[in-house]
Amino acid sequence: MAERRVIPLARPETRGAEPGIAVQGVYLSRGGRALLRGVDLALGGGGITALLGSNGAGKSLLLRVIAGMIQPDAGEVELAPRFARPALVFQKPVLLRRSVRANLAHALKLARVPRAQRAGRITELLDLCDLASLAAAPARRLSGGEQQRLAVARALATDPALLLLDEPTASLDPKATAAIEAIALRAAGRGVKLVLVTHDRAQAERLAGDVAFLHQGRVVEHAPAHRFFSTPESAEARAYLDGRLFL
Amino acid sequence: MSAFREAISEAAGLIVRADADFLEILALSVQVTGLAVLIACAIGFPLGALLAVGRFRGRGALSLLVSAAMGLPPVVVGLALYMLFSRAGPLGVLGLLYTPTAMVIAQVVLVTPIVAALTRQIVADLDSEYSETLRALRATRAQAMATLLWEARPALVTAALAGTGRAMAEVGAVMIVGGNIDHLTRVMTTAIALETSRGELSLALALGLVLLVASLAINGALMGLRQRIGEPAHG
Repeated sequence: MAERRVIPLARPETRGAEPGIAVQGVYLSRGGRALLRGVDLALGGGGITALLGSNGAGKSLLLRVIAGMIQPDAGEVELAPRFARPALVFQKPVLLRRSVRANLAHALKLARVPRAQRAGRITELLDLCDLASLAAAPARRLSGGEQQRLAVARALATDPALLLLDEPTASLDPKATAAIEAIALRAAGRGVKLVLVTHDRAQAERLAGDVAFLHQGRVVEHAPAHRFFSTPESAEARAYLDGRLFL
Repeated sequence: MSAFREAISEAAGLIVRADADFLEILALSVQVTGLAVLIACAIGFPLGALLAVGRFRGRGALSLLVSAAMGLPPVVVGLALYMLFSRAGPLGVLGLLYTPTAMVIAQVVLVTPIVAALTRQIVADLDSEYSETLRALRATRAQAMATLLWEARPALVTAALAGTGRAMAEVGAVMIVGGNIDHLTRVMTTAIALETSRGELSLALALGLVLLVASLAINGALMGLRQRIGEPAHG
């Protein structure tokens, strides 16, 4: 039944030179509704993957299954050993009622990072996410964009090799969105694998190296981004990209 | 109305004269209540958090028990402790009957369920907002409980206030286990009961007024504290 385990290196079925994430036959239903209906997906160990699709396609659920936060009814998720502790960022950041700095310190404390190393790491994260000038500000009083930057910084606190982002910019204006995207690209540049749930086609085009398109609980197409956007193979993806409703 | 006027002037006189007996009674009241509330919070906060986010067998039953215990009749608690602490009772050797310690224990029994039940609700509400984030940060259950309690601290002050109110106003249990002994276990509420039974109504009312003022002062102080730690800038 449902399993999530760490795979040994080098699996033949994963895309690209380096194996990363293998999702096989994942089913999930809630309240009698099938939400994920046999998801198969193999992702490489680097770059940015976009999970694209309309509302209700199962993107966010799949992300949570990959993260291990939801156990599927059937199927399995296998992760490369270095991906064993993925970090997550949600659409709506939930920050502690403390300063920006204290939020980062809390994440490091939870991860049992020795106290002596925390200050240095916090400075790095503040710089990475352009929050140094707000370090002492109460996190809950930041703007939406600043809060999300802090949420990303917090997720990166423990130096994860895999960062899962669930529509991180869905509630943000273009400027704040650009700031989050810049951080995402910086992280990817440092070798962090990113899986990004979005229903923003333009964002997927800007960021992603490959796109997995979900429709009604299945991955109907997985292709390099340039090919997916220029010549989508499935009827569902073509309809989505044309802006037509496909039910 | 003259009885009220007399009571008010008597209350003012007690305070202005700094009557030694009166101050002793007031001090013991504050000590017993303060210590009982501190102990009740030390037990009730973690217990409430455990009931809110813990996963163990019997959690539902324990929650129900704690909620039901909020309505424990003080006289019954006093009686049970009296039997426990009386010389023939199982804990008689401790010699606690008719001591302030016994009064503190009685109030802890009465106040802890209130603090724990309110804490359970406060932490459960907060957990619905934080749980996904804390799971994503890989917080252990103990770490999640500690985080939620710290985040909930302004609301927990209110829980402590509710407990303080109960302890300050309580008379039945401390009367039975304390015995209302002059210079030893007499507190405001038992003194009021005594003066009332003696027919010294204006003195009883005066003590009541002072109790009210003391209660207001404690509430005011705790609410000030709540406001201060409620500021997200701190911590």
